[in-house]
Amino acid sequence: MASPDDLKFQEFEEAADLLSSNPGASTLSISSPGAAASPGDVRVDLSDDEDNQQESSELLGGEKQTGGFWTFEYYQSFFNVDTTQVLDRIKGSVMPLPGRNFVKHHIRNNPDLYGPFWICVTLVFSVAISGDLYTFLINKGDPEFHYRPQFNKVSIAAVTVFLYAWLVPLGLWGFLTWRQSVERQISGYTFLETVCVYGYSLFIYIPTSILWTIPVYWIEWLLIVIAMVISGSVLVMTFWPAVRDDTRLTAFATMAVIVALHALLAVGFKLYFFKTPTHTGSSHPGQHTTPAANHTTLAVGKPSATN
Amino acid sequence: MAEVEESSKPLFAGLSDISISEDIPVEGDISVPVGSQNADNDFSTLDEPVKDTILRDLRAVGQKFVHVMYPKKSSALLRDWDLWGPLLLCVTLALMLQGGSVDSEEDGRPQFAEVFVIIWFGSVIITLNSKLLGGTISFFQSLCVLGYCILPLTVAMIVCRIVLLGSSGLVSFIVRLIVVTASFSWSTFASTAFLADSQPPNRKALVVYPVFLFYFVIGWMILTFSPSH
Repeated sequence: MASPDDLKFQEFEEAADLLSSNPGASTLSISSPGAAASPGDVRVDLSDDEDNQQESSELLGGEKQTGGFWTFEYYQSFFNVDTTQVLDRIKGSVMPLPGRNFVKHHIRNNPDLYGPFWICVTLVFSVAISGDLYTFLINKGDPEFHYRPQFNKVSIAAVTVFLYAWLVPLGLWGFLTWRQSVERQISGYTFLETVCVYGYSLFIYIPTSILWTIPVYWIEWLLIVIAMVISGSVLVMTFWPAVRDDTRLTAFATMAVIVALHALLAVGFKLYFFKTPTHTGSSHPGQHTTPAANHTTLAVGKPSATN
Repeated sequence: MAEVEESSKPLFAGLSDISISEDIPVEGDISVPVGSQNADNDFSTLDEPVKDTILRDLRAVGQKFVHVMYPKKSSALLRDWDLWGPLLLCVTLALMLQGGSVDSEEDGRPQFAEVFVIIWFGSVIITLNSKLLGGTISFFQSLCVLGYCILPLTVAMIVCRIVLLGSSGLVSFIVRLIVVTASFSWSTFASTAFLADSQPPNRKALVVYPVFLFYFVIGWMILTFSPSH
């Protein structure tokens, strides 16, 4: 009985060495002979370490690619998160510390779709509702304005947010994978991890959109700058290690495109949903430079808001 | 007779050699029981008067309404689910919320189809979410619970319309705000009481939050309903 115990112990040491040298590697396909029963025993006994526990919970929970994409279990593997994990990821997206890669530190090979999806839905409704409130507050002094809830804006917000949160990661992932195949020292991310980063980085816009209902001009633009800096830095710190080894031009161009698209989203939200009204009150984005000259009460009452 | 005994011992061999002697009685009674209309009176509701059918369903719906208004952890809502109540509530709410097309130039009120789609699509997505997170509740049971818990919000809508008939100033707005907030929290609390038990304990908040968001959006639609003058 001594030799099976020795074999078990050696198996685990090798696995631990492999894990410590490359923590990002997935350990899903173990096919060495004679190790069928032993990982089970060793796993239960020596899984005190947090990393080991996570790896073992992955192994216990089944491989990531369980079944085909037409089975329910395949999608269930993307919702394998607890409340504390989701809250931890949200905190990581709101407080980006330099040097902490969001993917490596928070996602840790367990990308989920719960966070991105529900953050997008919440963002859609918070932008639409806050935009409604803002229009109401801006036009409160106007006796001719009859408040009507602009419900069609929800559809527009939904289309915009979901396109941004799914198409941009698709493009970015495709680009990074292509570069990875060209130059081999670039480490790319999986598509789900990219979607995850983008989804969680949109979280900062939810409180920002609620605060945008304050109709003071400089507060609105200050909020935009703060939100863009925070979520942009999350994205930059995540993707910089992936493109750092590429040529300088490609690296900086990629970073610039990421930041520019993010900025475009923020400014677009502000201009479309929170616009200062024109005399017709109809939907023309970008009309904030035209003063509402036809309504004397509005022009007199709020000169600074209609810049 | 000895021949029969010897050749019947191996089961399938030599079966063709067996001859049945007249000493072994082979007789019985093959007859179909004639009283077929008595046998399935528990399950066939085809012959009852229409009044009975409708009243039975209405009584079930009414009983579930009572369960929603006084939510305690009973499993009656889950056990016999039906979707009549949610349909009734959804159609009532959508009819009361919709904007007419004959209204003025910028009627931004939600159309009937938008409210209907939001309620049903929202319920389906929340149900899928709870199942993906590992819930043990079935699809239609969850739809049933979410639909029935719209009842407090429908009551709030009726109250708001009555309040708006009187005045539409600040006082009526505060009254409406209080009524809608109370009913939306009641809805969330009622549906959580039914749904939360079926989730693993470390994911309860993940399941409750979409329900909260769903009823919040419906409450917002009710609160911002402004009558057409």
